[in-house]
Amino acid sequence: MKFTLAWLKDHLQTDASPQEIAEKLTAIGLEVESVSNPAESLAPFRVAEVLTAEKHPRADKLQVLSVNAGAEFNDGGPLQVVCGAPNARAGMKGVFGPPGAYVPGSAMTLKVAAIRGVESNGMMCSVRELQLGEEHDGIIELPAEAPVGQSFAAYAGLDDPLFDIAVTPNRPDCLGVRGIARDLAAAGVGTLVERPIAPVSGGFAQPLAIATEEDSGCEAFAGRLIRGVRNRPSPEWLQRRLTAVGLRPISALVDVTNFFSVDRARPLHVYDAAKLVGRIIARRGRAGERFLALNDKEYEVVSDDCVIADDRRVLGLGGVIGGADTGVGDGTADVLLECAWFDPASIGATGRRHGVGTDARARFERGVDPLAMGEMVEAATAMILELCGGEASDVTLATSSRWAAVTAERHVELRPARVNELAGLDLPLSEQHAILHRLGFAVEPGGIVPPGWRPDIDGEADLVEEIARIHGYDRVPSTPLPRDPGVTRPTATAAQRLERRLRRAAAASGLDEAITWSFVSEAEAAGFGDAQWTLANPLSEEMKVMRPSLLPGLLAAARRNLDRGAASVRLFEIGRRYLHDAERPTAAVLLVGEAGVRNWQAGKARPFTPFDAKAEALALLEAASAPVGNLQTFADAGPTWHPGRSATLRLGPKTVVAAFGELHPRLARQFDVPEGTTQAAEIYLEAIPAARATARGRPAFTPPALQPVSRDFAFLVPPELAAETLVRAVRGADKALITGARLFDRYQPEGGELSLAVEVTLQPVERTLTEAEIQAVSDRIVAAATKLGARLRS
Amino acid sequence: MNDVEGTIARIAAADDLPALDVVRVEALGKSGWVTGLLKTLGGMTPEERQLRGPEFQRVRARLTDAIAQRREQLEAAELERKLATERIDLSLPAPEHSRGTVHPISQVMEELAEIFADLGFAVAEGPEIESDWYNFTALNFPPGHPARAMHDTFYLQRTDADGLPYVLRTHTSPVQIRAMQERGAPLRVIAPGRVYRSDSDATHTPMFHQIEGLVIDRAIHLGHLKWTLETFLKAFFERDDIAIRLRPSYFPFTEPSAEVDVGWSLEKGRRVVGGQQGWMEVLGSGMVHPKVIAAAGLDPDQWQGFAFGTGVDRLAMLKYGMDDLRAFFDGDIRWLKHYGFSALAVPTLSMGVGA
Repeated sequence: MKFTLAWLKDHLQTDASPQEIAEKLTAIGLEVESVSNPAESLAPFRVAEVLTAEKHPRADKLQVLSVNAGAEFNDGGPLQVVCGAPNARAGMKGVFGPPGAYVPGSAMTLKVAAIRGVESNGMMCSVRELQLGEEHDGIIELPAEAPVGQSFAAYAGLDDPLFDIAVTPNRPDCLGVRGIARDLAAAGVGTLVERPIAPVSGGFAQPLAIATEEDSGCEAFAGRLIRGVRNRPSPEWLQRRLTAVGLRPISALVDVTNFFSVDRARPLHVYDAAKLVGRIIARRGRAGERFLALNDKEYEVVSDDCVIADDRRVLGLGGVIGGADTGVGDGTADVLLECAWFDPASIGATGRRHGVGTDARARFERGVDPLAMGEMVEAATAMILELCGGEASDVTLATSSRWAAVTAERHVELRPARVNELAGLDLPLSEQHAILHRLGFAVEPGGIVPPGWRPDIDGEADLVEEIARIHGYDRVPSTPLPRDPGVTRPTATAAQRLERRLRRAAAASGLDEAITWSFVSEAEAAGFGDAQWTLANPLSEEMKVMRPSLLPGLLAAARRNLDRGAASVRLFEIGRRYLHDAERPTAAVLLVGEAGVRNWQAGKARPFTPFDAKAEALALLEAASAPVGNLQTFADAGPTWHPGRSATLRLGPKTVVAAFGELHPRLARQFDVPEGTTQAAEIYLEAIPAARATARGRPAFTPPALQPVSRDFAFLVPPELAAETLVRAVRGADKALITGARLFDRYQPEGGELSLAVEVTLQPVERTLTEAEIQAVSDRIVAAATKLGARLRS
Repeated sequence: MNDVEGTIARIAAADDLPALDVVRVEALGKSGWVTGLLKTLGGMTPEERQLRGPEFQRVRARLTDAIAQRREQLEAAELERKLATERIDLSLPAPEHSRGTVHPISQVMEELAEIFADLGFAVAEGPEIESDWYNFTALNFPPGHPARAMHDTFYLQRTDADGLPYVLRTHTSPVQIRAMQERGAPLRVIAPGRVYRSDSDATHTPMFHQIEGLVIDRAIHLGHLKWTLETFLKAFFERDDIAIRLRPSYFPFTEPSAEVDVGWSLEKGRRVVGGQQGWMEVLGSGMVHPKVIAAAGLDPDQWQGFAFGTGVDRLAMLKYGMDDLRAFFDGDIRWLKHYGFSALAVPTLSMGVGA
């Protein structure tokens, strides 16, 4: 919302500086986004007189002027200025920009220059060059009495600070200058100027039939015909007002409606009565109806839209945008003034549906004062009569059955203690009431009555806010939050602790944590299980579906890193996968490129293998206190992975806690990462069993008294036998004595049988094992392996 | 006996362990002369034995000591010789370990959890794919409410139980409702997490992180909110000169509402939090709207409290000096190593919540 200081002073009597006003506005919730003064950017420009104008010797369209710009320039003597404007002529007055002046409309700084061989000492400026409008057909012409040498901005009344404030959706009243002035006055910055509105008596009966249909979204429609008007350009003061706040002056009738929109947050509409046919009605739209709007766009209305129509056609979307062919123009003689009230929700829906964001919509959607309808009709009529002449009719007011409810007096309870209880401000009741009174609230026995312009007030908390913000949030005493006695207790949940541990463990093992987008493209998601959640309004195809895996995001990041010359990428991410039924917390690891750089000991660089991914997965699972010893490896983790070089880790046959291995070459190609050396792991955090809550005390430390015994067994095994199966069988051959079994060698000669060697640790408990006992265990170990098709290597 | 000094001399002269052993055997071996002397004691009279016995023992002890001493010398010399051949160039590089990092967002979230734990706040969570009701309606943005337009919402193609499209949560505020529903009152929680807005430019990304704070109790007011935010910001930015300013504002789910500015000052040409050279907006906050408390199933006549929300990414940028939000989500390992944190830099109250 933009307004100038001069406009504000129509409603607020104050000596406060623009800075003081801005600070107070922000302090009471009308956040100032900027305060600027056009006079500052136009400071160098002066009123000047063209003394002579001669044709340029070498250019047909240019003239060489001599200009008097006052005593400051050339000691009051004439200045030679080259000018291309067709309207430049001797004796006219205009705006002169001296060398050194920055011309805001053409973004350049003037300097003395030769134009086609003739020296020019500045410029005579157009409207557009000074950013005062769009006109650029010629230079600005000032009246003959304009004093030469005076600051143009001062002469033109542009020395008027412009405020731009952000108005929150709850404050429709502050989309009008008067509402802002009222708030400032309530907060002690000046006095609200009373501006009584005198009714204009109707000279004749309003001849047009006006109606509102029930449930149309229009609850009231006041119409008044003013006949015999002359629609000419507005007077300069009004044009200047509108231009200053960024509105384009159009004609007096239109400008009047825009004036009240800004001045009083009251949108109005004017129709050329000669173009209306029959009855004017606010009703629901009908299928197939369309109209050309004032913005030159055609809209097809729907049955949820509130339209204003005559007997023949739709005239406009009520409260949102009017129609072009019933708009007022130069020839308008009789004008119908519309002052209506629309249901805010209906306006918002229509505006969104058609993508129309007008000033009228912004106001109606937030809620226009329904109690001020009559006053606003009178004020607008008076201004139209003043600017355009004519004669006004009576006012016709058509209302729906809801209108009584809309305009009914509202009472809101305010218990005196609530201001202190909710805002922490101990204010006497008299002061609470005084603030509300200054804001236009009435204090009545039945409660506080909010004014019509405050539709947002519907509860006690709203009144507390009004009192607190006007009294000042800065005066709310900072009050310590009550604190439980004793030392702070831990607050993290088991899942949060798990994530935090995993994160630290992953970083400690050399992985960099990335955070990638939750959305990926459909194509990227396709290789990782179907995406279950598709955005209806994605920003781009690249961000269209919610990721079913963390890997596509990490792969894309890896690709970018490789493009930047990285030889080795180790990334992890902890985040959610978005599956059909739930968002699943997940940790993912991606290893691409070199596991170890080439070095003087090992020689050439070592690429990542699936075992690097396995090691990371196990390390993280261990950090998560998962029972790593019980994990079982199942081959082939699914289509994401290389079928022969991937696996899942499970607890029992069903609970998959992780998948790891080499990325499927097809996906490696898709993501343009190296085939064969791109390894990954995904850990499904919800599948990790929660650590059992136990007492902090550990069992007693009872180291075995006897030394463990180690024995090696080498087996020839069937080629398909998984090493883990063999080790597990060996380990289980004697649950009492065998405390460890570890595969330490794997050998397969060309064309020969596969050999796996296992180191077994035996832990005697009561006495040293005899050779016979060791032999007995060995026999059981061999027997267990034999069941798997293995045989002891001789 | 005259051999003693001679033997000592030979021990000293032995220049390796075998030579030393020869001398030892000659003197102390089974047929050594000292052994021989000791054997003669058996044929002596008691008086004679008493006289000669200690004398022979002293000889033996003296030689034994001399041999041990010489052995030690020879062994030390031998080790020196051996070690002299074992020199390696330790300026060669050791095997390299890659050093991993924790993302600044994660670090800052842990810092926040730590600070707020001390104020008695637990960490609550909620889904990122939310129903319209949790994201808007329960927070007093009824359908068609103009404030919904303040959020550039991503909608999903699937619809929720009310027949409305699911949304990607536009703020962490739905967790307020969930926390009240699940935990009841009194309540103190923070809720950090990913949020989404359909917005992308130099300072906005379609995904970012917020943290929500919620206190519900019987006698909580705006002054408690002010203190809590001051206290949190001082702890987070590790400065005592933090100034905040509450400005009245509007959020559908709070009443009264306040935007919170924090004072900044210029240090080495950079805007840092602290001091009061200017103000920047960092938080939205207010007293929880009675309708929101009621929507979450609590009695607004009994319970009231405050809520606040802020951008985690922005807090990270203000504290640690990043200037481009988009880089947070790029996964550039150069950036991660530059702005990331050591695995060991766990924020704690005793060690500090900054790293």
